[in-house]
Amino acid sequence: MALYRAHVLVCKGTGCKSSGAAPVYDALKEEITRRGLDKEVMLVETGCHGMCEMGPIVVVYPEGSLYCRVTADDVAEIVEEHLYKGRLVQRLLYTTPEDKVKIPHYRDIPFYKKQFRIALRNCGYINPDNIEEYIARDGYVALAKALTAMDPEDVLAEVKTSGLRGRGGGGFPTGLKWEFCRRAKGDKKYVICNADEGDPGAFMDRSILEGDPHALIEGMMLGAYAIGADEGYIYCRAEYPLAIKRLGVAMAQCTEYGLLGDNIMGTDFSFHLHVKEGAGAFVCGEETALMASIEGERGMPRPRPPFPANKGLWGKPSNINNVETWANVPSIIREGGEWFASIGTEKSKGTKVFALTGKVNNTGLVEVPMGTTIREIVFDMGGGILNGRKFKAVQIGGPSGGCLTEEHLDLPVNYESLTAAGAIMGSGGLVVMDEDTCMVDVARFFLEFTQRESCGKCVPCREGTKQMLLTLEKITSGKGKMKDLETLEELALMVKEMSLCGLGQTAPNPVLTTLRYFRDEYEAHIKDKKCPAKACSALISFVIDAEKCRKCGICAKNCPVDCIAGDRNTPYVIDQERCIKCGTCLEVCPFQAVSKV
Amino acid sequence: MSPTKASTEERIRQIVAPWKGGHGGTIPVLQEVQKEFGYLPEDALMAVSKEMKIPPSELYGVATFYAQFHLNPRGRHIIRVCRGTACHVRGSLILLDKIKKVLQVEENGTTEDLRYTLEPVACVGACGLAPVMMVDEDTHGRLTPDKIMEVINSYE
Repeated sequence: MALYRAHVLVCKGTGCKSSGAAPVYDALKEEITRRGLDKEVMLVETGCHGMCEMGPIVVVYPEGSLYCRVTADDVAEIVEEHLYKGRLVQRLLYTTPEDKVKIPHYRDIPFYKKQFRIALRNCGYINPDNIEEYIARDGYVALAKALTAMDPEDVLAEVKTSGLRGRGGGGFPTGLKWEFCRRAKGDKKYVICNADEGDPGAFMDRSILEGDPHALIEGMMLGAYAIGADEGYIYCRAEYPLAIKRLGVAMAQCTEYGLLGDNIMGTDFSFHLHVKEGAGAFVCGEETALMASIEGERGMPRPRPPFPANKGLWGKPSNINNVETWANVPSIIREGGEWFASIGTEKSKGTKVFALTGKVNNTGLVEVPMGTTIREIVFDMGGGILNGRKFKAVQIGGPSGGCLTEEHLDLPVNYESLTAAGAIMGSGGLVVMDEDTCMVDVARFFLEFTQRESCGKCVPCREGTKQMLLTLEKITSGKGKMKDLETLEELALMVKEMSLCGLGQTAPNPVLTTLRYFRDEYEAHIKDKKCPAKACSALISFVIDAEKCRKCGICAKNCPVDCIAGDRNTPYVIDQERCIKCGTCLEVCPFQAVSKV
Repeated sequence: MSPTKASTEERIRQIVAPWKGGHGGTIPVLQEVQKEFGYLPEDALMAVSKEMKIPPSELYGVATFYAQFHLNPRGRHIIRVCRGTACHVRGSLILLDKIKKVLQVEENGTTEDLRYTLEPVACVGACGLAPVMMVDEDTHGRLTPDKIMEVINSYE
C-alpha cells in the first residue's frame, strides 16, 4: 500500500457540488499530477462536511486546514503554496464574521468546535464509495463483536442501556421498539429504514446516506440481529439520486466482502437488503404509510393498533427507524450503551444533528450533545444572524414543529423541553428567522405544505388543514377579522386531537405557537392591515424615491412585467396596479432609491 | 413520432416482467414507465393494468397520489423551485412568481413550446444554499430575482 504525505479532501456532498466542487476536484487532480505530486498527495472525494454555506470545501491533512468557497482558479495557489511550499493559503481560510480572525485548523472553527459527532462521525472524513475507508474507521467492528461475542438479547440490552430514542420525530425509545418486535410472534420479520426525509429544512439523513452509507447498513444489520429479522428495506426518496447511487455501491461492496447475504462472517446470521425509491409524498414519513408505499399502494397511514411491531410490512412484524437513529447504533455497540448514555441529558441521551438554515451566517449541519442551548447553536456555531439583523424566532422540527422566540434562546434542547415549549424535536430542522420574516406568513407557509401533503384519508386533517389555510390566507391578504383568530385556535385544537396520524396531529403546531408567541403580528395584519415584517405581498408596495432616483433606468430594464416608466429627464415610477412585487428593482437599483413600504 | 400501440405494449411487457408474480411492484413499474415515456401515457397505463392484473382505477389512484408521477407530457427541462422552509424565509416565493410571470406558465404547467415545466417542490435538501432551484439534475443555490432568468435561459 502506497504511503502519502498529505491528503486533500474535496467535499462532494450535494451542497458543495452545486456550489461547484466538481471543477475544483478536476483542477486539483490535474494540477497535482502536473506538479508530479500524485505519488505523495492523495486526493479524496468525501461526503458532506456540514458547513454548506462555505462550500465548496477543501480540507488538507495532516494539518487539517479548511479552505472555504474554493474555485478552480484557486487550485494552482493551493498546490503551489500549501502542498509544495508548506504555507497556508491565508485568504481561503475561514474568517470569523464578527472580528475577522482567520482560523488555520478546522477543529478550531466555532462551527465545529462545539460539535460532538456520532451519527456524522465519518461524514467528510472518508470516501463513501470505498468500504475499506469505513473499515479503517472501525467500521463493521460492532457487527463482528455482536455476531461473535454477543447474543441478540445482549445487543438489545445494550441499545436499551444507551437510552437511544428515535431521531425522526417521535422520540420513542429505540430499544423498547426493538423489543416489541423481537417478542412478536412470527418467523419472518423485517427491519426498515425510513430515508424519506420529507421535512422541508432537514437534510441530515441525506448527508449520512451520501457521506457514510455503511454506518446505516451496519446499524440495520445490528438491529436485524437483535430483532431476529433477515430482510431489510431502505425507503429512500427519489429526490436524492446521489444517496440512492451511493447506497447501491455500498451494498454491492458489502456483498462482495461477505457482509451481506447468507452466513455473514461465517455465522448463521443472514441478512438481505433492498432499496425502495419513494415517489414523493410527505405522509410516507409516517411508518404505516411508508409500509403501504413499499407494498405498492397509495401511501396512506393505517390505524394503530395493530402496531408495525406485530403486523407491519406484508402483515409481518416489522421495525422501522430513520437514518440518523440507525447510524447511531454501530457506535453504541462498539463503545457500549453506558458510554452513549453518559452523553446528553437525563432523559435525552447522546447527540442530535440539527440542520441549521435560514437567516444565519453559517448554514449547515451540526451534531451536538442533547442539552445544548439554542443560543449556542445559533450564535456560537451559526455565527449569528445574517447581515447583522435582529434575531426574531427559530422554527424547530419542520412542519410538525413550532416557532420559539428570544426568551427560549437559553433553553437546553431535548425532547421534553421542546415539547413543553410547543415545538418538537422532529427531525431536527432549525430555521432561523430575523425581523424580516413574517410569522403569520410562516404559519401560512407550513399550512400550505401540510394541507397539500395531507393524504385525505381522515376528515379532520383533510378538511381542517384546508379551513385553517383559507383563514390564514385571508389574514395575510389583509382581509382577516379578529374572530378568525378564535376560529383558527378552535380548528387547530380539533385537528390536533382528532387526526389519524402524526401528520395531522402535529400540523397545527406552527399555528398554535405563532398565535401564542406572536399574536401581535396577527393583530397588526387584521387591525392595521399592515405586515410588520414587510413580507406579505398584499400588504406592501415598492416605491421609488424621486429624490434619490438618478434616472438610470436599470430598474425598468430589469422589471419582468415592464411596469416601471420614466426617462432621462423624469424620475422612474412604478405602476402599482401592474407591479407583481418581485423585488427585482430593489435588488438592482445602484442608488438604493427603491424601498418597500 | 409517438410510439405505436403495439410497441408500447411490448415495452410494457418488458418492464413488468421482473415483477410478475412478486409483490410490491406497482411503484417501481410506474417509475420505469415514466422513465421510458417521460410521463404516464394512458395507453401505457392500460397496458400495465392488463399485464399486472391491477384495475386501472387502482393504478390511477397510485399515480395521482405521488408527486413524482405525471399524466401529461412535460417540457424538455424541469425547473424545480424549492419551497422548503429555509428557501421560503430567504425569498423563494418571489423567485417562483417571477418565473411564472416571465415564462407565462402556471405551477406544474408546461410552456407552450414544451421547453420548460415549472414545478414547485417541497424541499430538495440543499437548505444550506437557500434559495435553491433545480433545473433537471443540476442544483443552483444562493439565487436572487435578478440572477434567476439567466440560469434558466441557459437551458435550451
